[in-house]
This record gives sequence, structure tokens and C-alpha cells, in this order.
Amino acid sequence: MDSFLKINIPGGILEQIHSHCERSYPEEGAGLMLGKEEDDRRAVAYLFILENAREDAARHNRYLITAADMLAGEKEAKRLGLSILGIFHSHPDHPNQPSEFDREYALPWYSYLITSVQGGQVVDSKCWRLRDNRAGFVPEEIILTD
Amino acid sequence: MPTLKIPTPLRPYTSGESTITLPGETVAEVLKALVERHPELKRHLLGDNGQLRPYVNLFLKEENVNQLQGLETPLTEGDTLLIIPSIAGGKEHRRDHAP
Repeated sequence: MDSFLKINIPGGILEQIHSHCERSYPEEGAGLMLGKEEDDRRAVAYLFILENAREDAARHNRYLITAADMLAGEKEAKRLGLSILGIFHSHPDHPNQPSEFDREYALPWYSYLITSVQGGQVVDSKCWRLRDNRAGFVPEEIILTD
Repeated sequence: MPTLKIPTPLRPYTSGESTITLPGETVAEVLKALVERHPELKRHLLGDNGQLRPYVNLFLKEENVNQLQGLETPLTEGDTLLIIPSIAGGKEHRRDHAP
């Protein structure tokens, strides 16, 4: 895995992610990014927005997508002829860098899009993928598409 | 022999196989056979203590094996075991909050 990783995201979908993250503030918002990967070209086509399943007291700095949510996401992806490509979540009042907790719980292959929300306003999003050896994340360039 | 279904993010470590039939009479035995056949999977499925990582869920007949007998859940010929990830994360760890 190298630094040339790229993910195509339509501008409208990135706006939906940002809107959800602002609505979720000061809690963390999260969901699944569905799309296709063909010949190493990864493109998001649809969002599967989910409720943060963590208990109330932890939602300001943790998110959880349950196995049942993942199954529902898989079914929706299959219905649309897509796959789950990755997960988006927000870091309220925190940079969009993956945390140690993110690394500990991450799976390989998935794209992890993290949106920094400061004072209720989205600052920026960055995308990452876990290294095969789990030692850290590799940045994945977001290519905005129509 | 039981069959194991592999989720997309772990298929790069099984040469792309999405379904694998493995020997074993319990969930633990099937997992052991899986990581022996595909050693690079081990770090993503099991923690340093040899236990399943917290985001790895195994389902048998739509039931999480944690609600059955855990890793000692018996398997029979024709059983299908699904690996379903759950996803967790969040901003920087704080010592005053549990994970």
C-alpha cells in the first residue's frame, strides 16, 4: 500500500457527509460509504447514514457501527449493486487525524474518512487506510467528482 | 466441514476467496485452521492475547456466537459461520473515558 491511494467522491456526497457531521455535533456522526472498486479505482456512489450506536455519554468522542448495522449496509449495497468501501465519522473539536483508538479498531482495506468539526462547523475531511501491519494509516487522496 | 464467509476487507488476505471450507468441530478450531492457512489474517482477527479482536463478530445461523458458547460453540457438517465486522473509533483517547 502506498501514498498514491485515491478515492473519488462526488461533491454532493461529501456535502451530505459534512451536513450529517454538523447535525451530529457535538457528538460524533458516522455512516457507511457505498460504491465500487474496479481496477483499483475506488468511487463512492451512495451514503448509508447510521445512528451512532454508542451510549449517550460516549458519543462526544466515540462512534460505533454495530454488526447489525453492517449487515444492513451490506444488504443495501447488494441491492444497489455496490459494496461497502469505507466508513466516515466526525471528530468534534478535534483534527481529522486518526486517533490511536481509530487505529486499534480499524480494519484493513476500508477507506476511513474523518471530518473535523470545530464549534459546529465542518473544517475539512481527510481519508485514510490502515496499513497491512496495523502500525498506522496511509493517507488516501480525496478526488472530488461531479 | 463447516464453511466460513469472509468479509470484503479481509479477502485480500485469503487470495480473494469469499467462502472457505475448513476442518473443525468448534468455532475455535475453525479459526485456528483459518489462520494456519492464511497467517496474515491473524493480526486482523486476533489480538495479542489470542482472543478475537473486539470488532470481529462471528455469526452462526444469524446468532452471534458470543450468545451461544463463544469460541467453544460446536459446529457440524454444513454449518456456515459469518465474520461480520462492527466498526468503532473516535477522536483521541482520553484516560478518563473507557473505550
